[in-house]
Amino acid sequence: MCLAAPARVLAIEGNEATVDYNGIRAVARLDALPDPVAVGDYVLIHTGFAIRRLSPDDAEETLRLFDELAAALDSEATPSPRQEPDTAHEV
Amino acid sequence: MRDQPFALNDPQRAAALSSAMHRLVPRDRAVKIVHICGTHEATITEHGLRKLLPDQVHVLEGPGCPVCVTPTSDIDAALQLLDAGVTVCTFGDMLGVPGSGRTLAQARAAGADVRTVLSAADAARIARSVPQQVAFFAVGFETTAPMTAAVLVDDPPSNLSLLVSHKLIPPAMAALLEMPDTAIDGYLAPGHVSTIIGLQPYRQLPGGGAVPIVVGGFEPLDVLYALTLLLRQIATGVSSVENGYPRAVDAEGNPAAQRLIERVFSPCDAQWRGIGSIPGSGLALREPWEDRDARTRFRIEGRAGDDLIPGCRCADMLTARAVPSDCPLFATKCTPSTPVGPCMVGSEGACRIWFRYGGRPIL
Amino acid sequence: MTPGGRCVEATHGAGGELAAQFLAEHILTRFPRTKTGSIGLDALDDGATLTLPAEGELVVTTDSHVVKPVFFPGGDIGRLAAAGTINDLAVMGARPLALTLSLVLEEGFPLSDLATILDSFAAALAEAGTSVICGDTKVMGRGEIDGIAINTAGVGIACPPISDVGFSPGDSILVTGTIGDHGMALLLAREEFHLRSDLRSDVAPIWSLIARALEVGGIHAMKDPTRGGLAAALNEMARKSQRTIDLEENAIPFRQDVLGLSAMIGIAPTDVANEGKAILAVAPNKAAVVLEALRAHPLGRDAAVIGTVTESHPGRVILNTTVGGRRFMEMPLGDPVPRIC
Repeated sequence: MCLAAPARVLAIEGNEATVDYNGIRAVARLDALPDPVAVGDYVLIHTGFAIRRLSPDDAEETLRLFDELAAALDSEATPSPRQEPDTAHEV
Repeated sequence: MRDQPFALNDPQRAAALSSAMHRLVPRDRAVKIVHICGTHEATITEHGLRKLLPDQVHVLEGPGCPVCVTPTSDIDAALQLLDAGVTVCTFGDMLGVPGSGRTLAQARAAGADVRTVLSAADAARIARSVPQQVAFFAVGFETTAPMTAAVLVDDPPSNLSLLVSHKLIPPAMAALLEMPDTAIDGYLAPGHVSTIIGLQPYRQLPGGGAVPIVVGGFEPLDVLYALTLLLRQIATGVSSVENGYPRAVDAEGNPAAQRLIERVFSPCDAQWRGIGSIPGSGLALREPWEDRDARTRFRIEGRAGDDLIPGCRCADMLTARAVPSDCPLFATKCTPSTPVGPCMVGSEGACRIWFRYGGRPIL
Repeated sequence: MTPGGRCVEATHGAGGELAAQFLAEHILTRFPRTKTGSIGLDALDDGATLTLPAEGELVVTTDSHVVKPVFFPGGDIGRLAAAGTINDLAVMGARPLALTLSLVLEEGFPLSDLATILDSFAAALAEAGTSVICGDTKVMGRGEIDGIAINTAGVGIACPPISDVGFSPGDSILVTGTIGDHGMALLLAREEFHLRSDLRSDVAPIWSLIARALEVGGIHAMKDPTRGGLAAALNEMARKSQRTIDLEENAIPFRQDVLGLSAMIGIAPTDVANEGKAILAVAPNKAAVVLEALRAHPLGRDAAVIGTVTESHPGRVILNTTVGGRRFMEMPLGDPVPRIC
């Protein structure tokens, strides 16, 4: 249940940011973010509050993850059991 | 026309992940993946992703619709508040869900002061602008609870109270695993709930070590990626918690949002419509904020409501034991304009989402 | 109501001297003395006449307009009423001959607003090379009607008329431009989303655009995707004809800000109204030339081929999604409600 769209921060005033999503401008509260944001950052917004900061590089990095996985699985053999898989994709 | 950096939907990568899934999937049996997020169901259905999945892989929505799992007793409490002259602020899709008798929409048509809001902050704004008592019907999972908490700690007007109905996802995941015939092979965990709570709650699920859990995002490629990771775990006989949405989820989650929740709420047992009582799956206001609890302030008696409706299979949808097309009422007697059960009313409900996109899982 | 400004009064609609002055000041000044027959608007007779051309069929259409808000980004109720009727004629294949204009006004409605609305109406008619030949004005008491309602009837000549069901398997489905602009602009203007943008309605009369396509030929069906949007119009076409319309999501033209708004509020741009666009079903050997003709016109720059007519699922519309999936595109559920969480 998470209709959250990533929007670009245009300006910050107190605990509110003006954000832009492809030409739509909105205001989002920043109270629920652990770290400060800067103009030019992207934020994920849910019911009027930012819940996560993203950088534009994150999109490229994500595509790289997709490509790596597809390449790793691009063989006829079943992959062998991996070690500690729950650390492999953590930030 | 579509140069949005985070619109991750190119068909070449989708085809590559689809091929990988087809190679990974076991030949001899079906695989059942359960997700707990209406937005995951919406992404899957809206983009027709089931066409790209192997035939043996079935992806079902569990109790991922906060409006659908709100028990009738909560809706009845809201109706009692209205009878007491309190203005009730609620999210839009809550209006059409029946309590024991009326819906909030019917109460509004009869003159009760029900207002649609987009957030808890809107409810506080309304409370500041009117003299009478205002109650916010606080529905939603861990993604939404921090916003309710933020409003409470931010010097809210004295005439604002909360009808708290927030619920927690990991206890529901544990409850489904304990049920006899849910037969879950893996969980696709909700991305933005995980942005808030991180990965630890999934690692600590009772019985959770038995199934793979992968956190997934909401772009079409995010979902295909997470499903591929799940199938890889299933193929290798591994069961662990994997973060398939690292750009939005850290292992520790969002500490500021968690602190907001912990400051204002403590976990309690809660009733889920269609499932029953799940221990530790709800949120209750802590002592310093007890006077903000609308049930206490207006002395609302809790009355257990009749959650199940004859002939309606919502309970099976919510426990991922059936899909909408399994219900004989789906798209015949039960439609968005003539809903029988909550799954056709809640915007995150599987039935409403399937009806919206053609009513068939694969085209 | 503008204090101190002049307003509509009950007598303006009551016949008699004051009504005649109203007519002279507000209506006759705006509409040229076009004669479509022997008796025109300026005669102020009980009716006006049209001399029918030797060839073609007469097409008639009517609409009432009660849009809120009356003034919205990109237009107003006057432009909407004029364009709406002209476009209904256009998608029947009809060159507009004349329109009627009936106004029902609330007592106290500001005359300056009325002037703006009538100017918009007149300008839209001029864009389509047509005019008003008769009409009516009524005034209701304060509170008996909300501001203004406009009814128009349009008369045109089609040679031949084009229905919305005359298409066959193999035909190409085209749209003349970006989808969802009007509906999304109005949602922003009307709802309290606390969202702002430069999004404007696409409201425009498109007869001259359609005329270019008709000159090329091969147009088997047309429809304008107004209320209910592209999804409703295509589903109606599919249902009535019992054919299948198979679409490529990647080919449907959308503005970036329309997509952005859609993602934020959970309403699909295919479900909301367009007021300056048309759907065309075109013979496959003519589709490329029709597309070129549309794109050469200022209102058709973003025209695109978005799908094909097939027979796989009679009565249904199918969407092949950008990512490679496939699903039905359903008739919308009604007035779209924003989805938040």
